[in-house]
Amino acid sequence: MRELKLTEDEKKRLLMTGIDLEGKDRAGSFFLCDQEVSQCTINQDGLELLPIQMALEKYDLKDYYWKLLQPEKDPFTKRAEEHLEGGYFIRALPEAKVTFPVQACLFIRMDQFTQDIHNIIIAEEGSELHIITGCSTSPHVRSGLHVGVSEFYVKKGAKLIFTMIHTWPEEMVVRPRTMVLVEDEGVFISNYISLLPAKDIQAYPTAILQGKNSVATFQSVLLGRKGSLMDLGSRVILRAEGAKAEIVSRSVSTGGTIIARGHLVGEAKGVKGHLECRGLLLSSEGVIHAIPELEARAEEVEMSHEAAVGKIAREELEYLMARGLTEEEATSLIIKGFLTLEIKGLPPALKEQLDALYEEMGKAL
Amino acid sequence: MSDLFKLEGIHVEVKGKEILRGINLEIREGEVHALFGPNGSGKTSLINAIFGFENYKITKGRVIFQGEEITHLPPYEKAKRGLGISFQRPPAIKGVKLLSLARLCAKKDGLLIEEYAKKLNLLSHLEREVNVGFSGGEMKRLELFLLLLQDPVMVFLDEPESGVDLENIALIGQAINRLLGRKVEPDPEKPIKKVLKEKRKSALIITHTGHILDYVEADLGHVLLGGRIVCSGNPREILHTIKEHGYEECYRCFGGRK
Repeated sequence: MRELKLTEDEKKRLLMTGIDLEGKDRAGSFFLCDQEVSQCTINQDGLELLPIQMALEKYDLKDYYWKLLQPEKDPFTKRAEEHLEGGYFIRALPEAKVTFPVQACLFIRMDQFTQDIHNIIIAEEGSELHIITGCSTSPHVRSGLHVGVSEFYVKKGAKLIFTMIHTWPEEMVVRPRTMVLVEDEGVFISNYISLLPAKDIQAYPTAILQGKNSVATFQSVLLGRKGSLMDLGSRVILRAEGAKAEIVSRSVSTGGTIIARGHLVGEAKGVKGHLECRGLLLSSEGVIHAIPELEARAEEVEMSHEAAVGKIAREELEYLMARGLTEEEATSLIIKGFLTLEIKGLPPALKEQLDALYEEMGKAL
Repeated sequence: MSDLFKLEGIHVEVKGKEILRGINLEIREGEVHALFGPNGSGKTSLINAIFGFENYKITKGRVIFQGEEITHLPPYEKAKRGLGISFQRPPAIKGVKLLSLARLCAKKDGLLIEEYAKKLNLLSHLEREVNVGFSGGEMKRLELFLLLLQDPVMVFLDEPESGVDLENIALIGQAINRLLGRKVEPDPEKPIKKVLKEKRKSALIITHTGHILDYVEADLGHVLLGGRIVCSGNPREILHTIKEHGYEECYRCFGGRK
């Protein structure tokens, strides 16, 4: 493993992407630069962290590798099968409570590079695991393609919190492909934050609530600027009794096109789900298109959605201006409030970090 | 005492329709005026226009504050010069914590946040989002809390008692008296007369029911009708007449037209 020398600009970018370079308060750190693993360290018992190629040599992963996703899904997924450049294998052993988050950084330094990734994440029975994945590039990189296949397994009674932060350059094309399987009493929470929107990003992560009383929550915060197309959604298939799901998204467009999707499929009697899409359009050049979908396929399914798209309410601006805030200050306060999702179940350190990110986001506008 | 605030022949248009037709009003330093008028007479429009809100256009006339014309300044410039407002129906602002807003309002002295929050029974609200799920009384207490922090020179209170239950009305009344410097603590350094003079603020209070005047003493009352101030005088007498006979009598004074 070769040590990676990062420039000051790269460090700044990574900090914004949720990566702690010193690995302080992290249960483990993984760093992939282009196709080379420069760091893979563990600081806590009960945790396994390996580059995917090594995991494939060490273990028989036939029950996990290409199990939830098939290469035939689409040409991008196919690419990831044909050109595997890297990825990580993270596992929390049974009953292990991995208190600090594990951080994984997928970094691109070479311009016009294509990075094809495959990740396997397993939270074994009764375990608890937090992962922060930061995907970014060196500031000089203008364009490239990032394809990330991720398969998540949340076993019986396990809890997995996955936070992904994207800071992409303007000409980047990004295709994450994510599937999650949750067993009995399992909890999966996903937080997705896209700060510097890519040219073209499309993802529709899907969680299958296979086990009784399993829970999935997807929360996304999206910022679309001029020239970017973001087609992002989350889907939960509620397949077992007592399953519960929540999908929440907040989109702000300063000129980009954001398609905010959400899809709940109730396949078992009495499952519950709620979907919320809210969008704030700050420029008439932008588009926010909310597409919430509810699909009931069993009796006594309780599913609901609310979607609201609009501009900043004049009334709220004037209320704040009459208290002495300038129009810019009032706008920034309202946007920051809009983007700040009260995310439940986050460790305090991560919460602080996210608050700082929202602050940055407010300034970036 | 000199004129602190003056409206000279103010005409206001809302969505192309003229609502106010030549309002003249003078408020001197330390004076509290009450503005009465039936629903839809334009009381709230007048305050909104004074603050420069977008849909309330002053088409004619001038607003003078401390000798300076401020007619067309944006709302935050007016706030900066010392005008404060308590909204009749303040909006909910999702995701913005009351504490963050309080800090922005209390630029001068952040230490007062806790003290005033305690006085207005809002301590447990500081971590909540501004006005989200607040009751009518809580909203009005919040308005006064922010005004106390802003410490303006002159305040406009738009129906501070509407939607407030009886229990809270006394609390609101106390807060207004504190805000206007009408309730002060004795100061060992100087006589109370001097303290009162220093802290005394001016106010225009809109009241539909007049309940708030049981707690806050007004110096002068005005009746707004048909887009004009048709009558000014002793606020208690005006209120008494309105309570006894309704605004019908005011229409008669005004010339019998509705």
